Amino acid sequence: MTTDTMIMEVKDFSFTYAGASSPSLKKINLPIEKNKITALIGPSGCGKSTLLRSMNRIHDLYPGNHYEGEIRLYDGDGKGGNILEIKKENDFIKLRQDVGMIFQKPTPFPMSIYDNVAYGLKLAGIKDKSEIQGRVEKALQDAAIWGETKDRLKESAMGLSGGQQQRLCIARAVALKPDVLLFDEPTSALDPISTGAIEELIAELKKDVSIVIVTHNMQQASRLSNYTAFMYLGDLIEYGKTDKIFLNPSVKLTEDYITGRFG
Amino acid sequence: MNRLFLNKAILMLSTLSAVIGLGFLLWILITLSYKGIMSLHWSTFTNDLVEGGIRNLLVGQFTMALMASAIAVPIGMLAGIYLREYSNNGKLAAVMRNLSDVMMSAPSIVIGVFVFALLVDPFGGYNGWAGIVALAIMMIPIIISTTDNMLSLVPQELREAGMALGGSKHKIILQIVVKAAKVGITTGVLLSFARIIGETAPLLFTSANNQFFTMDLTEQFPSLTVSIYNLATYPDEASRELAWAASFVLTMVVLLINLVGRFITRSKK
Repeated sequence: MTTDTMIMEVKDFSFTYAGASSPSLKKINLPIEKNKITALIGPSGCGKSTLLRSMNRIHDLYPGNHYEGEIRLYDGDGKGGNILEIKKENDFIKLRQDVGMIFQKPTPFPMSIYDNVAYGLKLAGIKDKSEIQGRVEKALQDAAIWGETKDRLKESAMGLSGGQQQRLCIARAVALKPDVLLFDEPTSALDPISTGAIEELIAELKKDVSIVIVTHNMQQASRLSNYTAFMYLGDLIEYGKTDKIFLNPSVKLTEDYITGRFG
Repeated sequence: MNRLFLNKAILMLSTLSAVIGLGFLLWILITLSYKGIMSLHWSTFTNDLVEGGIRNLLVGQFTMALMASAIAVPIGMLAGIYLREYSNNGKLAAVMRNLSDVMMSAPSIVIGVFVFALLVDPFGGYNGWAGIVALAIMMIPIIISTTDNMLSLVPQELREAGMALGGSKHKIILQIVVKAAKVGITTGVLLSFARIIGETAPLLFTSANNQFFTMDLTEQFPSLTVSIYNLATYPDEASRELAWAASFVLTMVVLLINLVGRFITRSKK
C-alpha cells in the first residue's frame, strides 16, 4: 500500500478520554483508501466511534481529551499533515470542511431545507448567492433528495421524515465537497426502506469522496465496504479487504465476532 | 371492602380540595371582573391618576417593565448561555446556578430595600430608574434559569453537527443552539415579564408613584400596582372603585401575556 492510494492514515494513534486512567484506543494503525468505503466494526465499547470521531477531531468539543500518535490527511500530491497537531481555529474549520461527518440520529438544523445546506457553505465563507444556490441544488441532487424537496426548499427541515432528514444531512456535508465523509452508524435510527436508500447513496458517493463508516450491522458492512477493520477493546484486531475479513479472517477473534459468537 | 372505601374516601377528598381551590380562584376572578367592569369607564383609560384615570399608570408600569426587560433579557440570556455552553459545568457554574435560584426566591421587598440603598438614597429621592433596576434584578434569575434549562434540552448532536460543518463555537451557539431553543426562551421571557409587571414591593420605595403623566425616569414614576395599593387604602368610594378598575386591567394584562406564552409554546410543538 502506498501513500498515493491513501487519503488518510492513522499511525500509532492512542486516545484517552478526559479523566480516564487508561486509553480507549491503543496504538491504532489503519490506512483509509481513496474513493473506497472502509467499515469499522466491533462490539460496543471497542472504540470504533471514538476512532471515527478523532478523524475530524469532533472530540475537541469537550475539554481534556488526550491524543497521541498521528492521523495524516493526504492532499492530491501525497503530502499529509497530521491533523492531531491542529491548534488554530481556521485550521479546524478547514479540517471539518475536508472531513465531513454524518451522525447516528439525523441532525437537521432548526431552519429551512435550503438554509440547512447553505449553512455550511456560508460558514466556509462563500458569499456569492448564485454559487450557493448552485451548490445547494447540486448537493441535494447528489444526496438523492432533490426530487422530494425542490418544491419545499423554504419549509422547515424539521418537517421531513427521518430518512429524508438523514439524506439532507448528507447533502449538507456533500455541499462542502469534502475529501472524506465519516458516517457514525448512519442508519441505526432508520427504518429498512430509508436504510436501503442511504446505503445506495453511500455506495454512489464513493465516486467523489472517501468514506469511513461505523456500523453495528454486519450485513451492512459486508454489502457496502471495500475494506473492513475489526476492533476490540481499543485495539485494531484485523484490517483487510472486506471479502477477506468476512470469508477468511486471519484472527480467531474476528471470526468469532463475524459469525456471531459474541458481541 | 376496606380498599374500595379508601379509594372512594381519597377520591372525595381530592375532588373536594380541587373544588375549594378552584372555587376561591373563581370567586376572586368573578368579584374582580364584576367590580372592575362596573368601575371601568372610557375615561379611565384617557385620564391620568390626578383626574381619576389610569392612563399615566399603565404607561408608567409598561415603560418600567419594558426597560427592565431590555436590561434583564440580554444579561439573563448571556449568563444562561455561559452556564450551559461555556462553563463545562464546573464549580463556578454550580455556585452561579445556586445563587440564581436563591435570587429567584428572594422576597421582592428585600430587592426593593437593596435598590433603595443603591439608587434612591444616594440620588436624593425616588426615581424611575431605581424601579427599573429593581424589576430587572427580579427578572434576571428567571431568565438565566429558563435559558439554561431550554439550552439543556437541545440535543448534543446538534452542536456536534454544527462543529462538523466547520462552525466555530460561538456561531454554533448563536445560530443553531439558541435558535433551536428559541420557543422555550421566548416563552420564559414572556412569563417573567408577566411576573414583574404585577410586582408592587420592588417599586414601593424605589420609583414610588406619580399622579401625573411623565416619561422622565429621574422623577418619581407612575405605577399601576403602587396606585392600587394606595387607592385601596383611601376612604372615598371613587378611589376604591378606581383601585378595582386598575386591578381588573392588570389581571387582564397578566392573563393575556400568559395566554400568548402558552399559545407560542403550543403552536410550535
